[in-house]
Amino acid sequence: MSTTTAPALEITNLYKNYGQFAAVKDLSLKIEPGEIFGLLGPNGAGKSSTINLAAGLCRMERGQIKVFGHDVVCEPTQTRRLIGLMHQEVVIDNFLPIGKLLQLHAGYYGLKDDSEWRELLIERLALGPHIHKKMMGLSGGMKRRFMVAKALIHKPRLLILDEPTAGVDVELRQALWEFVREINRRGTTVVLTTHYLEEAQELCGRIAIMNHGQLVALDTTKKLTENHKLEEVFMRLTSSAEGRPA
Amino acid sequence: MSTLSEKLDRIQVFAPEGSHSALRTLQAHLKREVLRFLSVSGQTLLAPVVTATLYLLIFGVSLGSRVDFGGNVTYIQFVVPGLVLMGIINNAFANTSSSLFISKFLGSIQDLLITPLTPWQYLIGYSVAAMIRAMLVGGVILVVSMFFTSLPWANPVQALLMALISSFLFALFGLISALFAKNFDTLSIFTNFLLMPLIYLGGLFYPVSQLPRPWNLVSQFNPLYYLIEGFRHAVTGEGDISFSLAFGISSAFCVGLGSGVLWMFKNSSRLRN
Repeated sequence: MSTTTAPALEITNLYKNYGQFAAVKDLSLKIEPGEIFGLLGPNGAGKSSTINLAAGLCRMERGQIKVFGHDVVCEPTQTRRLIGLMHQEVVIDNFLPIGKLLQLHAGYYGLKDDSEWRELLIERLALGPHIHKKMMGLSGGMKRRFMVAKALIHKPRLLILDEPTAGVDVELRQALWEFVREINRRGTTVVLTTHYLEEAQELCGRIAIMNHGQLVALDTTKKLTENHKLEEVFMRLTSSAEGRPA
Repeated sequence: MSTLSEKLDRIQVFAPEGSHSALRTLQAHLKREVLRFLSVSGQTLLAPVVTATLYLLIFGVSLGSRVDFGGNVTYIQFVVPGLVLMGIINNAFANTSSSLFISKFLGSIQDLLITPLTPWQYLIGYSVAAMIRAMLVGGVILVVSMFFTSLPWANPVQALLMALISSFLFALFGLISALFAKNFDTLSIFTNFLLMPLIYLGGLFYPVSQLPRPWNLVSQFNPLYYLIEGFRHAVTGEGDISFSLAFGISSAFCVGLGSGVLWMFKNSSRLRN
């Protein structure tokens, strides 16, 4: 299947356990190319586990994940080239200045350094005055900006942002979303997890809600919020003891 | 000033298919690893040279003149190849083990695990960077030793080969240690209870052939014995075993450990969990 016609992300009957704890249970969903897709849920719902499995950071018990038609287990090199992931946890690499790290990171994907693209990311994420600093010397928000830049440096077709705006100021949020919308218009598929429901409602065409490792809702944002605010829908679906769709 | 939209119109937002190069991936990994140890060069390059110089002063100059072990070389000429190799081995091990373990500990390993690095590229990138650091340290120790003695250099090419294979072997050992280690304590077990005894009991400061039975036989199960003897044989022209035996056994250890490292990078749940 060609990269451009296959679903950007296709998850089929996915299971992931951590010891006795079932983090993801029989999850299936399909994200089409060009979507901005919201993956929502309370803490521990299985969002980050799903994302980590898609990025090949951990192993699934059962199921299949395909990225633009490539299986993440059988074709890891192809799928990793297609994915840009910003982790939820701040990852510290303190040996080199962030400007150098950014340049090297593109190389890890086998790409030549595209200075115009790199400088655009630095400009849009307001990292310019900090590129000679090491990560420990950055504020929390600045570390997150750098992580967004790193997720984008290899020009991925599928951008996965796991809580990108936690601890980030309003100005940068606006700049980040403007940038994300702009690259999405040019074809980049975006998967977003966030606890800011208003952000998800504003940005995402479709939203999935997970609870206790299962999918409890999947629809267009418009339909989900037809009769109720997203927050009310979210609370109704995730506060039930079993986490089953109401 | 052009708008964001105009700028993005000029730039391709996707990397075109076919623009990815596996060689560039490997180069990036290798470059990062070299820059990493150079960024802390006081600790990674200078400190081991100071340690080796102290050994030279103590064992070579101070005690060396009083030791006669019946060979055609002086004690300091006997000790210098061992000290050079100790520097090489320690630094190859320290480079891979600390780099990989610290990135596991701090979580920055995730940045590598999401990239298309293959097990072979992990192995080569980490190992070659460690070999570069090890050879730099070994080279400087050799230069310092010239202030204390001159070496016969029986076969410099063989010496270089033994130095390279030693650094590669212990770079692999460092990777295995870091992959196994869950915390700093576990990592120090590898260093203190495995690496150090292997080094000091491998004939660094004494000829193994002069040990009483059964210790001379026990020493032959120590891979360090073959590395040290092979290197010493190539430098001084004297040794308990031939260069080809030393090189052959060391190569076999490299193949064994290398296979283990590749398997762990591909399958280890200690990395992807």
